[in-house]
Amino acid sequence: MNSNSISFFGFACLRCQPQWVWAWSLVLLVSCVKQETGVQGGDSLSLHVAVASNFAQTLEEVGAVFEREIGISLVLSPGSTGKHYAQIVHGAPFDVFLAADAEHPQRLVEQGFGVAGSNRCYAMGRLVLWSAQPGFVDKGIEVLEQNHWHHLAVANPEFAPYGKAARSALEGLGLWQSLQARLVRGENVGQAFQFVLSGNAELGLVARSQVLRLAAEARGSIWEVPQTMYPPLRQYAVILRDGDEAKAFLQFLLGEEARKIIRAAGYDLP
Amino acid sequence: MTFTEADFQALVITLKLAAWTTSILLFLGTPLAWWLARSTWRYRFVAEAVVALPLILPPTVLGFYLLLVLGPQGWLGGWMNSLGLEAPAFTFSGLVMGSVLYSLPFVVQPLQDAFSSIGRRPLEVAATLGAAPWDRFFSVAVPLAMPGFLTATVLGFAHTIGEFGVVLMIGGNIPGQTKVLSIAIYDHVESMEYGQAHTLAGGLLLASFVLLMLIYASHRRFRFTKI
Repeated sequence: MNSNSISFFGFACLRCQPQWVWAWSLVLLVSCVKQETGVQGGDSLSLHVAVASNFAQTLEEVGAVFEREIGISLVLSPGSTGKHYAQIVHGAPFDVFLAADAEHPQRLVEQGFGVAGSNRCYAMGRLVLWSAQPGFVDKGIEVLEQNHWHHLAVANPEFAPYGKAARSALEGLGLWQSLQARLVRGENVGQAFQFVLSGNAELGLVARSQVLRLAAEARGSIWEVPQTMYPPLRQYAVILRDGDEAKAFLQFLLGEEARKIIRAAGYDLP
Repeated sequence: MTFTEADFQALVITLKLAAWTTSILLFLGTPLAWWLARSTWRYRFVAEAVVALPLILPPTVLGFYLLLVLGPQGWLGGWMNSLGLEAPAFTFSGLVMGSVLYSLPFVVQPLQDAFSSIGRRPLEVAATLGAAPWDRFFSVAVPLAMPGFLTATVLGFAHTIGEFGVVLMIGGNIPGQTKVLSIAIYDHVESMEYGQAHTLAGGLLLASFVLLMLIYASHRRFRFTKI
């Protein structure tokens, strides 16, 4: 076998020419040096925010105004509240945490990871019955008792806030048991929404903020589940690392300007 | 179809992570695979099972355990903290550690197969011709196992690029530091930016396909050259 025939991507060179190994090691090291400096350079006036996925886009809008007015930029890490909680407990470098519920920020304060007294409600989610087809849910909840549809998408009722809300609404209607075979569960409300949007489920119990993000002609039909039918979906924020920037941001988030953006995005306010 | 600066940043981090992970795995995996292929130890199967574990463990489980170990209160993270170093959780180096573990079988197993298939004979012949052990390894075993090295490199690289659960857990999704391509795609889908998600996911699909096609094409070529 000649060594030319087995050289592919210059592989055989590794054997006969150790300088390739050195050169490659150098490339790897240089790539890291560049990253370190890049990170430090951009870190001066920014806040690191862990935010519940459902609120990430709204926070981007709020953050743009905040940066323009106060001069502090937000670095967002969207994710599920349960995962964020585990990461914060294990030392994740977040300054502020915008959760999808009230319990996790509360627990962080109790365990000493959150600043006492800084956990505040910044938005309240609203549950809607939604179909991507126009006219499908115009008559409200009656459609749930009919048989011309196959699937109703909900978020995971065990731990996702919107899933819990969907469950209590359906239980209140006495439909939770009878609809079991037709429920499809997304890991979170984002996935439940995708089931409906992609047409795989005719109906879904999703967040009003999700539907409002669609272009007006794509909104299908929507019925607002009355707030009396499920416990309020209170989303709490908490400061994890005390500082003037974090305080300023929390104050801004609870202020009138941010409230306008949050309300327009489809949330209620405390 | 849009490609933002943040997406580009995620792409760069992903490629860097894959390059580091693959390089470290080739460095550590080669002696390990060599030992697995040649050892006559009775309990070798235990080591083989440990190497194969990441294949079946759900990535979030692996990620959660890594978080326990690498965080400031974990035994490794705590130890590094006490030495004045940063705990590796939520840093790029933590991502590399997680990926090395997660992609371990994808590098070690092809190498082990390649070393096994050489058999003892070529090495014994080399020994009778007076080649020292290191010389036998680098001049006989490595060239003969080259297809295995190629497979290991490409699989290790590709698998790291596609990794999600582990990096989501120990990386913390920090833009510019630990936010990789697969997480960027997930974020885009979660926040209903389907156009951007399509761009990235489509690109990843195409690149993965080309990469795998190249490896299979090269396999054919290797077989021809052996005849």
